[in-house]
Amino acid sequence: MDAFEYAAPQHLQDAVALLAEASGEARPLAGGTDLIAQMKENRRSPSLVVDVKKVPELNVLSYEAGLHIGAAVSCTHIAGFEPVRVHYPALAEACALVGSYQIQNRAALGGNFCNAAPSADAVPPAVAYGATLVIAGPSGRREMPAEDFFVGPGQTVLEKGEVLVEIVLPSPPPYSGAAYLRFIPREEMDIAVAGVGSFVQLSPDARTCEQARIVLAAVAPTPVRAKEAEAFLTGRALDETTLAQAGELAAQDASPISDVRGSAAYRIELVKVLTRRTLGTALERVRGEAA
Amino acid sequence: MKQAIALNVNGELHDALVDSRETLLDTLRYKLGHMGPKEGCGNGNCGACTVVLNGAVVNACLVFAVEAAGADVTTVEGVAAEGNLHPVQQAFIEHGALQCGFCTPGFILSAKALLERNPNPSEPEIRLAISGNLCRCTGYDKIVRAIQAASQALSQTA
Repeated sequence: MDAFEYAAPQHLQDAVALLAEASGEARPLAGGTDLIAQMKENRRSPSLVVDVKKVPELNVLSYEAGLHIGAAVSCTHIAGFEPVRVHYPALAEACALVGSYQIQNRAALGGNFCNAAPSADAVPPAVAYGATLVIAGPSGRREMPAEDFFVGPGQTVLEKGEVLVEIVLPSPPPYSGAAYLRFIPREEMDIAVAGVGSFVQLSPDARTCEQARIVLAAVAPTPVRAKEAEAFLTGRALDETTLAQAGELAAQDASPISDVRGSAAYRIELVKVLTRRTLGTALERVRGEAA
Repeated sequence: MKQAIALNVNGELHDALVDSRETLLDTLRYKLGHMGPKEGCGNGNCGACTVVLNGAVVNACLVFAVEAAGADVTTVEGVAAEGNLHPVQQAFIEHGALQCGFCTPGFILSAKALLERNPNPSEPEIRLAISGNLCRCTGYDKIVRAIQAASQALSQTA
């Protein structure tokens, strides 16, 4: 590992200034479960590491006017936060899937976003719930839909000096539910071959779908929305047939590669199945049939 | 870049001068002499380096020592109270839940953390709790039995 300067500022503006004024590559450090592993393998060699875990804004975890998750809050804290378990079960499930307990105790949701792995487990449910990201930088704050954050594997829209501050999920509307599933060949401790997060909002009479968001993981250079499938579901009655059709359509938005974890064709099949199943669980949650 | 840090390891205060690249694992082992935590994979998969950092189990190989400045750390050396083995340690011995022993410090700490948050875990809950600890000797079954026995022993003393 190359030598680097380490700083642990206590104020957001100091973190931004340090990152903005760095002469070489500078990286924020949250849980470090991706960054430190990458630095050990010389896949990233920042000359400045800015530990953001002491910045108060990045440690917020509150449920008022939506769910506010500071970018440095660990998966363990998110998955154990009562409002997340009750109102955002798909996010709780995904945070409890990331690595082991040892990893979840360190790994942060903000890190899952900023590491920008296409397979990031906590990203699809956050996007499916309609997450907005709050970013601070040298020229002030900006907000963006979470799905617009990713550029490619390991690449985000963050400019030099910018820090992801907070992930904000709107309050779930009435008659809505969501679910996340990933496929791995093992029981635990693996990287998704494919993953799908689905959110549905039904009409008050529970007969038709008013809104759907389906987010695919590990089947494209970035997490992607399955917009064809979402449009298909909107206004339709959700039954076994329409959910299966949505799965077929979702596969059209997947552009997977073949690698050691699975072939492209296999991932396409996974997208169909996981889309159908997550929509089914989301629907059961709307109807109060699933936890 | 070197930085002076203070660490409370198993109840004892230590000062150490650490390079920013140094992991908490290396500081514990090579500066402070706690050889219980081991380096297996060095990237967060095997759990041989598991320690308790401010109350939570972590992979010490994925924590920079500078991040842990001022922290409370428990290694396997701090698990036995006043020379008496913890029920998890006793159960590992009685059930032969180790062979080479390299992974054992990590398993002890993961198992102890599990039983502290869930005193009566099911077998799937036990297997989930140790999913971040690899053992290449035992096939895990004896480890699971040992943790079940420790759970029973702890519930009888509680």
